Amino acid sequence: MPERRRVSSFEWSTAVIGLASLTAGIIVYLRDGSERALSILTNDLGIFVSMLPKMMAGCLVSAFVTRLLPREVVARLVGTESGFLGLLIATLMGAVLPGGPITIYPLAGAFLVLGADAGTAIAFITAWNLLGYNRALIWEMPFFGVDFVLWRVLVAVPLPFLAGALARLVTRFVASRNGADPCA
Amino acid sequence: MRIVFILINVFLWVLVAGLGLTAAVRSKALFREGAAEGIRDFIMLLPRIIIGVVGSGYLAAVVPQDLITTWIGPGSGILGIAIATLAGAITPGGAVVGFAVGAAALKGGGGAPQVIAYSTAWSLYSLTRLINWEVAMMPPRVVWLRAAVSLPLPFIAGLGAMLLGKP
Repeated sequence: MPERRRVSSFEWSTAVIGLASLTAGIIVYLRDGSERALSILTNDLGIFVSMLPKMMAGCLVSAFVTRLLPREVVARLVGTESGFLGLLIATLMGAVLPGGPITIYPLAGAFLVLGADAGTAIAFITAWNLLGYNRALIWEMPFFGVDFVLWRVLVAVPLPFLAGALARLVTRFVASRNGADPCA
Repeated sequence: MRIVFILINVFLWVLVAGLGLTAAVRSKALFREGAAEGIRDFIMLLPRIIIGVVGSGYLAAVVPQDLITTWIGPGSGILGIAIATLAGAITPGGAVVGFAVGAAALKGGGGAPQVIAYSTAWSLYSLTRLINWEVAMMPPRVVWLRAAVSLPLPFIAGLGAMLLGKP
């Protein structure tokens, strides 16, 4: 498992976006002239520069939290809770914990090993996806602005609970039909 | 708006200081490792972010506006939310791809509830992440269960934004 390589500087989706952007840039240059192409570039570079301090802080927070809050502790905290409280703690942890997929998915897997049900793990992953403050503050706000992101997060607050509760319902339904272990 | 951005910066750096101090109190090595890793990650991320940010500006400029307005514009309603959800689910992962495309759509005439549905669907599904990470690290049953129960979420988010009339 590539445990040590937390961030790689190259990936295919970025390359595809890069190529599409380059093409779009050339189209803008040919269609609208160099002045428009340049004004878009300077505007976006300004946004990029304003992101830098937040990005750097975010990377440092992520690196420190990973070291100060060992995943064993989080796993025990979430993995041993059940019921509504389990969903609540899972959602909270998902929203608070920084880090990329390489830290989040193994942690969610650890919850399951420690006895949490699928609903808890799903609430955690959903919260990380939709409510994670790191992602919202550092990545999303520069693109969309503060107002948009705040409303986006607000309408997303109930969703991790909902996903977790739905998952429990589905597991129970499937289990009652198969007569199998509902916790698997 | 400016003040909020400054406050976010202050908040993040106070957090960094607090965490760094806690790490340093525990051990110097812990602090050094954390700081080094944070800075390394930051440097590695730079090319991605610059491509995403600059790219979204150019993409928004070339995407035909009337097409976006018809499909996912403010008047496109629930059908627009459905289209945006589908588009979000098939957009590949990566740190900023979905945000770049979503911002381009918003700049290009997309409606706010539709763009919220798009970015929610992208966050929940982005297929490359699902396949590269989730399937590799989680029991398959949980992965598919999560994919299934996530289906209504982008709609709920989009409709919620529509009902609130915000942003």
